[in-house]
Amino acid sequence: MDFGFNEEQELLRSQARDFLDRECGSARVRELMATEDGYDEGMWRRMVELGWTAIPFPEQYGGLGLGIVDLVVVLEEMGRHTTPAPLQSSVALAGTTLLLAGSEEQRARLLPGICDGTGRGTVALVEASGRWDAHGVQLRAQQSGDAYVLRGEKLFVPDVHVSDWMLVATRTAENSGDGLTLLLVDSRAPRVRTRRLGTIDQTRRLFEVGFDDVEVPADAVIGAPGRGWAALRRGLDRALVAVSAELCGTAQRAMEMSVDYAKTRQQFGRPIGAYQAVSHKLADMLVQVESAKSLTYYAAWAVDNDVPEAPLAASMAKAYASDAARWVTGAAIQVHGGIGFTWEHDAHLFFKRAKWGEATFGDAAHHRARVAEALDL
Amino acid sequence: MDFSLSPEQQRFRDDLRGWLHENLGDFAPSGRAQSAETAAPLETIGRRAQVEIERGRAWQRRLFEGGYAGISWPREFGGRGGSIIEEMIFNQELAEAKTPPLINVIGLYMAGPTIIAHGTDAQKSRYLAPLLRCDEIWCQGFSEPNSGSDLASLQTRAVRDGDRYVINGQKVWTSLAHVAKWCILLTRTGGEKYGGLTYFIVDMESPGVEVKPLRQITGDAEFNEMFFTDVRVPAENILGSEGEGWRVAMTTLMHERASLGVGLQVRSRIALEELRTLARATMEDGRSRAADPLVRQRLAQLFIECEAMRFNGYRGLTRMLRGEQPGPEGSINKLMWSEVNQRIADAAMEVMGPAAMLSPDDPDSPGEGRWSYLLLRSRANSIEGGTSEVLRNILAERVLGLPRSR
Ligand SMILES: Cc1cc2nc3c(=O)[nH]c(=O)nc-3n(C[C@H](O)[C@H](O)[C@H](O)COP(=O)(O)OP(=O)(O)OC[C@H]3O[C@@H](n4cnc5c(N)ncnc54)[C@H](O)[C@@H]3O)c2cc1C
Repeated sequence: MDFGFNEEQELLRSQARDFLDRECGSARVRELMATEDGYDEGMWRRMVELGWTAIPFPEQYGGLGLGIVDLVVVLEEMGRHTTPAPLQSSVALAGTTLLLAGSEEQRARLLPGICDGTGRGTVALVEASGRWDAHGVQLRAQQSGDAYVLRGEKLFVPDVHVSDWMLVATRTAENSGDGLTLLLVDSRAPRVRTRRLGTIDQTRRLFEVGFDDVEVPADAVIGAPGRGWAALRRGLDRALVAVSAELCGTAQRAMEMSVDYAKTRQQFGRPIGAYQAVSHKLADMLVQVESAKSLTYYAAWAVDNDVPEAPLAASMAKAYASDAARWVTGAAIQVHGGIGFTWEHDAHLFFKRAKWGEATFGDAAHHRARVAEALDL
Repeated sequence: MDFSLSPEQQRFRDDLRGWLHENLGDFAPSGRAQSAETAAPLETIGRRAQVEIERGRAWQRRLFEGGYAGISWPREFGGRGGSIIEEMIFNQELAEAKTPPLINVIGLYMAGPTIIAHGTDAQKSRYLAPLLRCDEIWCQGFSEPNSGSDLASLQTRAVRDGDRYVINGQKVWTSLAHVAKWCILLTRTGGEKYGGLTYFIVDMESPGVEVKPLRQITGDAEFNEMFFTDVRVPAENILGSEGEGWRVAMTTLMHERASLGVGLQVRSRIALEELRTLARATMEDGRSRAADPLVRQRLAQLFIECEAMRFNGYRGLTRMLRGEQPGPEGSINKLMWSEVNQRIADAAMEVMGPAAMLSPDDPDSPGEGRWSYLLLRSRANSIEGGTSEVLRNILAERVLGLPRSR
């Protein structure tokens, strides 16, 4: 038993923090969030050079052969900096799903690109119902000869504008299994329509994606036909851990900023941190941030080792981190007073990132319901 | 990062399970007397019928004889010489097996570790083994009527007289004083607030020690008032040295909070599992309360928080294994635990509906009264061992480095 990070992971963390402090300060984040693509290809290349995109993949595909625990280290730091980059969507979600559910041919074809940053993937799951589960998937993929024809719309698809391919959850005719089929679709295929959505977190890019009779060959199936949810599930659990890690980093930074401010800002002749209405709020932030981290690290270990309670652990982490990050980043604004409400101050970057993270892949209530299910309540 | 047990740890756990299976026997939980014990050891150390105290002693003695006392204490003092991970496994397994609580909690988790850290060789060999065997029960005389959260303002005086000290004053809320042989007593020997304190080991059978029970919210009398009138204590009974009492007391309090944090969340989780059973069995309009989405959300949240405490505890252990002392972060889990335990009781009341109006001793009170008892008893959780407000002060000042609020 050992519940800490090892030396290499600590090194990875300090490297990541140095790099992001240097290249991804809030001024740069603000510049990037105002651009159309919302990220910087040069910065992305340097992240690739640091090995971040290769972390959770086996060496045979050009990966580093590490795990989600290691990815968590990097994502926490990215959460601290509200870094705009398609790492979450391409590596933590699409890449891990392909690794866990794809055929050997599919993995050999696509994962090297994920690892060396020349290819990017994403996942299209949610539809108008707003549900993050299998029931929410209604987009039809009609089998026609050796092909599937997709028709319908997906929402909240991350980073599709910079992706080469996407994994699309579709409903197919099969009565067996879970009724879904996960299909690999070229993001630039004819009759794929994309529309950028306005996002509360401007460092994130989300899209509506329309499929107007988009045809894909039968070998585009990831996993087995009629077993699309099963194919997606394990990748989604990893994405839950990844988002939780980002939320931890964001909340931690918002807390640290608040603590610093409470030590220096004076009112009534004393630093505001000397008032318990302020200092106890900060203590509660600490409790929540540390607890979110503990649940996230455990979940990361659980998915890396595929222990039976891994899905439960992932949902517990996501539920707690979602609530914690919302509360902590909101309280951070309060501790800063008027300045915390301004556009110039960074508090809103954290608050908005926390809202994205809370709502994506199911909010706290969604995951508590899943926990209740898993606990056989 | 590795949350799995090593082969040796697994062997330790399996051996312990086997041992418990063979030895728990007549100590296994039974009936109402036991009902309240699910929630916390501290709730169970009170003024029970002598037979309960004797049962607790016998249980701890059996553990000692089986080689399961003082898991991480050095062998030379009667301990097992194991790791703190084994100590944690031990606490978890005992909770899972619903064993009687360790009656000598104050000895095991407060006095003992403090003696190991600050005691002389003579003190270690005199006190530790009888403590582990439960031949001698310990109590903690820190709080006074006018000094609770502001502990260092205490006024119980110790005055040197040759090779002895003469002690006069009053302590309050002293759990177990009515059955204790020894008391860790914090006294004032000088004028300086923190530098004027001295930490004694006092024989409760000394002339001039008087113990009076205090009845509490539950109707039990777990704790006491203690009066000291010209109590003579040998100078060799000082732990640390004169004027060093505050530093020694901090060791006691850190260990108290650290052990509360690690051991109690397991008991909270077990209480929650029992609450799940209660929710399933309680019907409203022909539907199980466990099917109500609001109840499900509430219980799931409590489970998540229990797990968070478990992993917080693990991370704290790792820091200790890497050579750090239990630090102020121990306060995180103590703070969380007291609130979670109170919310478990609140959730149970919601599940129970109108039965929440019944007293714990009413025959129809669900769970043999344990939930109503927990409702009352858990109000102390955010007071004993440092109030939640004081713990937030500690986190703010000692962990986050904020200016002092006083
Ligand atoms: C069941 C039980 C068992 C106990 N067992 C023992 C024992 O065995 N030995 C022992 O020595 N003691 C024991 N205690 C005593 C316990 O440690 C004290 O009750 C506790 O430290 C609080 O002190 P107090 O009761 O004097 O409350 P006070 O310190 O008077 O506090 C009253 C209120 O004021 C708040 N407050 C005080 N100071 C501050 C501050 N600086 N900032 C913000 N809020 C503040 C507190 O949080 C609390 O809400 C026990 C208590 C209980 C309930």
